[in-house]
Amino acid sequence: MSEAIVSLRNVDKRYVRGKQSVDVLQGLTLDIPKGEFVALMGPSGSGKTTLLNLIGGLDTPSAGEITVAGQRLDQLGQGALARWRANHVGFVFQFYNLMPMLSAQRNVELPLLLTNLSSAQRKTNALAALTLVGIADRAKHKPNELSGGQAQRVAIARALVADPTILVCDEPTGDLDRKSADEVLHLLQILNREHGKSIIMVTHDPKAAEFAGRQLHMDKGALLEAGVAA
Amino acid sequence: MKYFPLIWATLWRKKTRTIFTLLSVIVAFLLFGMLETVDYAFSHPSNGITGANKLITTNKYSITLSLPLSFAQQIRSVPGVDEVTWISWFGAYYQESKNFVFALPVDSETYFNLHQGEFVVSDAAMQQYRNTRTAALVNSALMKKFGWKIGGKVPLHSTIWTKKSDGSLDWTFDIVGTFDAKDPTQASAQSTTLLFHYELFDEARSFGKGMVGWFEERVADPSQSAPISNRIDALFANSPNETKTQPANDFTMAFIKQFGDIGFVLRAILGAVFFTLLFLTGNTMMQSVRERIPELAVLKTLGFGDGKILGLVLAESLLLCVIAAVIGLALSYAALPIIKQGLRGVELSPTALIPGIAAAVLLALIVGLPPAIRAMKLNIVDALADRR
Ligand SMILES: Nc1ncnc2c1ncn2[C@@H]1O[C@H](COP(=O)(O)OP(=O)(O)OP(=O)(O)O)[C@@H](O)[C@H]1O
Ligand SMILES: [Mg+2]
Repeated sequence: MSEAIVSLRNVDKRYVRGKQSVDVLQGLTLDIPKGEFVALMGPSGSGKTTLLNLIGGLDTPSAGEITVAGQRLDQLGQGALARWRANHVGFVFQFYNLMPMLSAQRNVELPLLLTNLSSAQRKTNALAALTLVGIADRAKHKPNELSGGQAQRVAIARALVADPTILVCDEPTGDLDRKSADEVLHLLQILNREHGKSIIMVTHDPKAAEFAGRQLHMDKGALLEAGVAA
Repeated sequence: MKYFPLIWATLWRKKTRTIFTLLSVIVAFLLFGMLETVDYAFSHPSNGITGANKLITTNKYSITLSLPLSFAQQIRSVPGVDEVTWISWFGAYYQESKNFVFALPVDSETYFNLHQGEFVVSDAAMQQYRNTRTAALVNSALMKKFGWKIGGKVPLHSTIWTKKSDGSLDWTFDIVGTFDAKDPTQASAQSTTLLFHYELFDEARSFGKGMVGWFEERVADPSQSAPISNRIDALFANSPNETKTQPANDFTMAFIKQFGDIGFVLRAILGAVFFTLLFLTGNTMMQSVRERIPELAVLKTLGFGDGKILGLVLAESLLLCVIAAVIGLALSYAALPIIKQGLRGVELSPTALIPGIAAAVLLALIVGLPPAIRAMKLNIVDALADRR
């Protein structure tokens, strides 16, 4: 087994709202080897997004250890986490979350604003990413001029452009028709196989999960035994 | 500035709203610029044609206390003083007290010499004036206002001076001609002025003989005004009638100030304008940030730190306010000649527009900070969940 890109040890996540507290994740332990494409499945409310946010460094655990790309995330502050995300993670969301007033190319350039690249280099890299996802011809289009599938590919280009170690996708095909969904999934598969990107994808769709190399199943804040890697 | 395209695009996210906000801020700053220049004008009296070379000498303790006419000789002896004349406050009205007439007893020789080239008077009228003891020269606007005619007699009621002959306050003058200010900016300042002979005034009045209200001096070199003023006042120091000599404009301003503190009124208006802007622009910025919560959450997800998010929102607010302020102030600068027409004898300076830019920056910070802080404090996980 190769080295783990994601490693969780006894992770708890509890949300506290005033006097109420919800235990979303309990004692969760998980290893994901580098270069894997993992599909995370489970009923609504089982904690998939919560787990994904922890792995992506958007949120911090209430207890336990999280190591991603060699970094102990549970020990980082907000500022350090933001810098870590910029360097190591690409996010893809169900509703693409593109900036409506920016062209596809400018959207893809956004993560590069945090680097020292020149304006020309940013443009070159953004166009390269758009080419990789097969949508370079739409570089000048605004998100509302793109179909769902096209918008999601722009979002994937944005997630890829800074060359992250890991891609984190929350229901990336949840809003797409079958054909567009398959194209996006196929793209993710290529990114995994040919470009060696580690991918964790939350999905409700068993067909989508088949594109992944491994499926994990969650229920009530815990991983089902069957899903744990042998 | 690599963030500029992002900030610029964000600013124009809702075009109509941005345009309306811009327009309001532009109009406000147009007003701001105009009021600022007027305010500036009142606190920096004209250095133009009129006034800079004129000094006024009054009693040190009050402009209502008189000075001996004999001082004129001594003042004239001060080096740098070209001409001296003396005037008294006559305080007159025509028929009714609301018909104020700015009647001034003036010494014809020295007064017209001192104001050489400032009035338009026909030679014939001037000749007639010099030859007639009871003559009056009247501003043509005043003539028109009361329907007076050249050759006619005009009775004026003085609020101060009784006549020796009959003890009455009623004085009658013969209108021999009109005079007007050559400088059009002075036109309205002199629109109620009537000039008559000091000799007549001094002989006919029942008290105060040999005393004058104030002296007016013309100096050869305006830059020497201060030392000359000091020299004049030094002549009479420790005498029973100590004097205070100051530039004529300061004297005028002191006079104007008696009618209310103009600066205060202007500042009050500016305050109201600024206050309205705070609400208007503040609301726009707040709304714009509220609508953009998912987008801001994405920026944070991508690794934009708290400082960057704060900076982006503040920069947007600055861009909006400063662009609008610059346009508004530029328009008010373009309007300067119009204001100048309306306000006689004041100097308007574009440097008065500089505080406008400072005000715009202040406005931007005040209205930008609350939404910027809100954006900065945004919890990514919650904000993203709102979308789902
Ligand atoms: N910020 C929060 N505050 C309080 N409770 C939360 C918060 N985020 C998630 N939860 C709760 O945690 C549980 C798991 O939520 P999560 O979003 O991880 O589920 P999910 O598996 O992604 O569901 P779905 O398939 O519907 O997206 C839910 O019960 C949810 O109500
Ligand atoms: Mg979810």
